[in-house]
Amino acid sequence: MRHQTALEYGEPILADTSSTDAFVEFERVQKSYDGEILVVKDLNLSMPRGEFLTMLGPSGSGKTTTLMMLAGFETATHGDIRLGGISINNIPPHKRGIGMVFQNYALFPHMTVAENLSFPLEVRKMGKSEREAKVKRALDMVQMGDFGGRRPAQLSGGQQQRIALARALVFEAELVLMDEPLGALDKQLREHMQFEIKRIADNLGITVVYVTHDQTEALTMSDRVAVFDDGRIQQLAPPDQLYEAPENSFVAQFIGENNTLEGVIKEISGGRALVELDDGELIDCKPVNVSKPGERTRVSIRPERVEYNKSRLQEGAHTLKAEVLEFIYMGDIFRTRLRVAGNDEFIIKTRNAPDVERLVPGQQIEIGWLPDDCRALDA
Amino acid sequence: MTDTTDTGPVLAADGTPLKRSLARALRMQKMRALALIAPLLLFVLITFVVPIGQMLWRSVENDIVADTLPLTVVALASWDGNSGELPSEEVYDAFARDMIVAVNAKQHTRLGTRLNYEKTGISSLFRKSGRKIKKWDPVEDAPFKEKLIEVHDGWGDIETWRTIQAHSSRVTGGYFLNAIDMQKTPDGPAAQPEDKRILIKLFTRTLIMSMIITCSCIVLGYPVAWILANLPMRSANMLMILVLLPFWTSLLVRTSAWKVMLQQQGVINDVLVWLGLVSDSARLIMINNQFGTIVAMTHILLPFMILPMYSVMQTIPPTYLRAAKSLGATNWTAFWRVYFPQSVPGIGAGSILVFILSIGYYITPEIVGGTKGVFISNRIAYHISSSLNWGLAAALGTILLAVVLLLYWCYDRIVGIDNVKLG
Repeated sequence: MRHQTALEYGEPILADTSSTDAFVEFERVQKSYDGEILVVKDLNLSMPRGEFLTMLGPSGSGKTTTLMMLAGFETATHGDIRLGGISINNIPPHKRGIGMVFQNYALFPHMTVAENLSFPLEVRKMGKSEREAKVKRALDMVQMGDFGGRRPAQLSGGQQQRIALARALVFEAELVLMDEPLGALDKQLREHMQFEIKRIADNLGITVVYVTHDQTEALTMSDRVAVFDDGRIQQLAPPDQLYEAPENSFVAQFIGENNTLEGVIKEISGGRALVELDDGELIDCKPVNVSKPGERTRVSIRPERVEYNKSRLQEGAHTLKAEVLEFIYMGDIFRTRLRVAGNDEFIIKTRNAPDVERLVPGQQIEIGWLPDDCRALDA
Repeated sequence: MTDTTDTGPVLAADGTPLKRSLARALRMQKMRALALIAPLLLFVLITFVVPIGQMLWRSVENDIVADTLPLTVVALASWDGNSGELPSEEVYDAFARDMIVAVNAKQHTRLGTRLNYEKTGISSLFRKSGRKIKKWDPVEDAPFKEKLIEVHDGWGDIETWRTIQAHSSRVTGGYFLNAIDMQKTPDGPAAQPEDKRILIKLFTRTLIMSMIITCSCIVLGYPVAWILANLPMRSANMLMILVLLPFWTSLLVRTSAWKVMLQQQGVINDVLVWLGLVSDSARLIMINNQFGTIVAMTHILLPFMILPMYSVMQTIPPTYLRAAKSLGATNWTAFWRVYFPQSVPGIGAGSILVFILSIGYYITPEIVGGTKGVFISNRIAYHISSSLNWGLAAALGTILLAVVLLLYWCYDRIVGIDNVKLG
């Protein structure tokens, strides 16, 4: 499906703004439902055209509220939301020309699949033949070409999902919002649809804002991920940065599996921090959002970056004593639970390779890591 | 599932056919289930099915003539009512014998009342003659022809005998003819005299007013149901109580309250006069007419419309409206194309409920309807309790039942009864 600007269909607000860098912008946006608690606190976000951005966060973090403000179903209490450089705060949802895929698909049960897809075209007063052509193209795009005459209730969850996607795309919106669209699907189908959605979005060059609480989904699909917590974006970064270089404890904990050790900064110099753990041991870390000695810190290390094979450690790197508590064989990896510096939940993951030693519970080992993988974050 | 191959029916482990085996296994279960619902079944049978069946039977039943005058009926059978001559002595003799028995059993007045529906005056004819006939002896006082005509010249009127003859069969369509403003005459079905034709008019009025009431219930109830379905739970419950409040008030009280509101010296007129919108001499007549009936019944039946609509609307997720708007539909289009079609089953259920209830409503039209606003049910009640013409009442009731079933059938054909959700 060749992409055209929504302008053709009379959306006054989506003027041609291809010269502007930011397509979607949130500026100091706040939202409160009851006048007492801010659900969204000072949100600033800028998205270029064609980006696939995921809002990830626990429930109640404000991500869905943000999406609804963008769609126009909620009004921002304060701040400005701009689409293509034009403020859309006072534009009703039906004039925003934003496609949306809902969590439960919201396919109209009294219409056939084709009628569902035709609906947005009808309200745009499009001619019959043009409508039919577009509906057919959209259905073919999601590989549902033969299902036009069915009712939504006659389709499986995955098929309904495809139709919901096709309906959000059929009127050629430049911005498509997706509110946990894969939440109701089983794991296998969900993984398949992740790639499908990503492929279609890339082919059409549309801008996507995707809301999910599934971090795997966020990491695999997105160009950038905005991690929400407590009404704020905690970190906005591409998936690899988010995983490898979390900027605070929340992100480190929320994305992927993470080991935490608590301690106090002893000294900071030249991009290195020396941390004294609570049991007195010293380790080298990379300071992230800590600034001065004496500050409490949480040190974060990914389980797959921990080494116990001494030959792989850097010369002079600090090591810690550890006791093996549990060894789980998981096929492709070994997952070992250790007691490190008083923490019983220290996990390491090791690739299953011929030269890797299989640990035994009760075994005493020494572990270490590259200082760059060990990040000193806020306590 | 049956096995259709050459091996015949599927057999259970012991060689009996599986179906029989299964039926036996389930029989105990079925018996137990039946025993549980038996009290209700019995209750419904005794208090509902039997009386209705009896009522339906009454609409065509006409045993009274043949039972009271058995000999006369047989003797009259060979008489040609169109010959212009009075029946022979044989008929009079049979009649006298029947009457002597009937008078002693005090049955003759009932027969008189029955035949009076068909020919005015027969009731008094039977009553007056009864006193004399009582003293007669079937053998000694014969022949009876002159004597009877002497007792009352009604017995010398051919029409009297033709009426008895016409209504002597045990099953009659006469009540149904009466119910549609016709009558069964010795010459066959004929229209009622002009001044007695009111039932067709009442039927039409009942149907039209029920439709108006149903429509006003839809118009008034839809927004309320919508608000109920879209408010947060707490406020919705509060509002629901307000909707249900009328249910907990006596019907009579509510209807009487409307009387207070609507009458010429009532609240509404007083307010209008006070505001100067209506002059004191031209107070509006809002009661004892159709307007009064429609207003009061709409109010009384409104909850029956709101509740089914509410229960259907509750199941329509608000995301549908959002989805429609995100697809570019205005508020109105989103409502009309997406929300409304999904709420139709609720409207259908409510309409059936309200229409069927109002078509048979009695108390409210009786109190606020005056003469112009009464329903067919008021006429039925009149025949049941005042004129005691139960046969006609039964025929009217049967027609009403048939109309409701017909409408129900039409509704099923047009909308589909499985589209109706009552809750």
